Amino acid sequence: MTSLFEYAPAPESRSIVDVAPSYGLFVDGEFVDGSGEPMKTVNPATEEVLSEIAVGTEADVDRAVKAARRAFTRVWGPMRPADRGKYLFRIARILQERAREFAVLESLDNGKPIRESRDVDVPLAAAHFFYHAGWADKLAHAGLGPDPRPHGVAGQVIPWNFPLLMLAWKVAPALATGNTVVLKPAETTPLTALLFAEVCRQADLPPGVVNIVTGAGDTGRAVVEHEDVDKVAFTGSTEVGRSIARAVAGTRKVLTLELGGKAANIVFDDAPIDQAVEGIVRGIFFNQGHVCCAGSRLLVQESVHDEVIASLQRRIGTLRVGDPLDKNTDIGAINSAEQLARIRELSDIGEAEGAHRWQPVCELPDRGFWFPPTVFTDVSPAHRIARDEVFGPVLSVLTFRTPDEAVAKANNTTYGLSAGIWTEKGSRILAIADRLRAGVVWANTFNQFDPTSPFGGYKQSGYGREGGRHGLAAYLKESS
Amino acid sequence: MPDRLAVRKTYKLYVNGAFPRSESGRTYEVTDARGAFLANAAHASRKDARDAVVAARGAFGKWSRATAYNRGQVLYRVAEVMEGRHAQFCEEVAAGEGLSAGRARVVVDAAIDRWVWYAGWTDKLASVLGSANPVAGPFFDFSLPEPTGVVAVLAPQRSSLLGLVSVLAPVLAGGNTAVVVTSRERPLPAVTLGEVLATSDVPGGVVNLLTGDAAEIGPWLAEHDDVDAIDLTGAPAGRALELERLAAGSIKRVLRPPAEEPDWTADPGTGRMTRFLETKTVWHPKGV
Repeated sequence: MTSLFEYAPAPESRSIVDVAPSYGLFVDGEFVDGSGEPMKTVNPATEEVLSEIAVGTEADVDRAVKAARRAFTRVWGPMRPADRGKYLFRIARILQERAREFAVLESLDNGKPIRESRDVDVPLAAAHFFYHAGWADKLAHAGLGPDPRPHGVAGQVIPWNFPLLMLAWKVAPALATGNTVVLKPAETTPLTALLFAEVCRQADLPPGVVNIVTGAGDTGRAVVEHEDVDKVAFTGSTEVGRSIARAVAGTRKVLTLELGGKAANIVFDDAPIDQAVEGIVRGIFFNQGHVCCAGSRLLVQESVHDEVIASLQRRIGTLRVGDPLDKNTDIGAINSAEQLARIRELSDIGEAEGAHRWQPVCELPDRGFWFPPTVFTDVSPAHRIARDEVFGPVLSVLTFRTPDEAVAKANNTTYGLSAGIWTEKGSRILAIADRLRAGVVWANTFNQFDPTSPFGGYKQSGYGREGGRHGLAAYLKESS
Repeated sequence: MPDRLAVRKTYKLYVNGAFPRSESGRTYEVTDARGAFLANAAHASRKDARDAVVAARGAFGKWSRATAYNRGQVLYRVAEVMEGRHAQFCEEVAAGEGLSAGRARVVVDAAIDRWVWYAGWTDKLASVLGSANPVAGPFFDFSLPEPTGVVAVLAPQRSSLLGLVSVLAPVLAGGNTAVVVTSRERPLPAVTLGEVLATSDVPGGVVNLLTGDAAEIGPWLAEHDDVDAIDLTGAPAGRALELERLAAGSIKRVLRPPAEEPDWTADPGTGRMTRFLETKTVWHPKGV
């Protein structure tokens, strides 16, 4: 199927953002050289090298933790809570002022469509700072006792799928509650975190309150294992989450983990099919499927299977895959060659195991990392594509006959991050939502996020919540 | 000279609502605080622990979906039935912990009252811990606490009844099911508590009590993929690190052991309940 309409390109200008040829680590309010061998960050849509990034070693992490400890003891801890809040309000405002710059930079470094970075990632990041700013002087009302205390230094490691937004989810609650931060951005997407360092400087945030140490797995490990870190927060794969839980075992460190998922998106026969199809698309193709809570397992009631799949395929045929900076683009680039290889491997396994692969006719750019939106039908619950997190634009379709079967199949996973329900029947929504073992349930919608709304997993999707009053608990010691 | 020879009790495990011996056939000698023989307790094995996890998983659906009011009444019923066995608990606690009769009475009173305290919590948790979230969009968005699932509990080694109830009741109040490894040296009040549970409307499998050695069974529970959380309060000295590492394999929620066994008569607070609760957030659009 050829595309329905021809669109002229509508590229967002990249001239709004200056990418420096190289970046250092942000430690104690200054950019400093890293001691490791620098790494390169590339634009996944073109494979163009964007910049050279410092790599933090154990010694660098140690300096960052010392700076964070000093800032915690001398400045940020003793500061009037209302003033801490004001710094966060400043940061929220600066993020809004420089929103376009952040959006373009995020799309350049990550490969996500500008429409998403502009309309979702950056506004939500600003909203997280604005929301948590207000908490700073109201913590006595958070349900954690009259005088809850910060842990101290928070070591935070974040993924590449929402680089700035995950930074906001981690840094905003940590600072609002009086902790200081050493943050390790993802290896492939460090640029917006480094631009955020500049925001901290513009906000006159005291040196050492936020430290950003770039690097790969070794740098992250050094942050997690540093003995003067009091609190560890990690978002990423379940595999790395396990190793972090092992590493902090037996220490005094407090841990929260936001890990992988394999969410069921359940479509009942009475669902409004057109809306459900939009929701399915949003659920799995939003952000190229690089979403831990992606609706990657579609469970369709048997009686409407053919209708839903036909409609879904028609809709997918209109999705535009290509230049992330084009405002018409729906699906951008896969973040890295490594991730692309994993998506290809799991898709090939899906076919080899007997599922049926469908992809629209879709012209992909010659350079860069691309994968077309993909739907597997005839998937059995035992197939790897029904069990493993693909973290790409790949949907596995299974069917069910009864609500009990839908719940059993939805819960048949070691993960438990999110789920979706599509039906017009209110009582059914509430009954099914009760029985799904998942931390976030979207009914007749999908992939909605808000700083006031707690987010996090059941089972091997991790523990702890981010957002809302619940999210504060991760960064505070209860008082009695 | 007593005019009648006493009928002694056989102390067994409490698994899935029944009182089996250990499948291993093993027992170990339990003595009072002065070293005099009290009983041969069942020495639970790895297989017993695995059976207990199966029972706890099987019971989770019904118990977790029972209404909060119903769970509260069941926990209150435990207090009622314990009260009727007050004298027996006093004797066992006094013997096992070496307490005076008066001190044992205080401990048993507190243990019964603890069930009452937690019975009253079941239908308050959602309103205290839940929230309606004012999201920036046309959605109704709410968050509610839900039980974590099957919780393995290594019960305190010293406080054989009050400590046990203090770690078990909060797990149940939230709607979890439990596999408990009792105090090794002082297991007898736990078995009697099992008899109370079996006659107090607590569905079989909701609580499973294994007498034996936490050092032996703890690792199996810590690494069991169908256990969702583990309370290490009674972990044997020096073993907590190993158990927490094993628990990381399936991302279990871990309650680390305190530096030393706490004063169980203190106000328990809500921390032991919240530790074994998840938060579920549900979104629905608003529209006409």
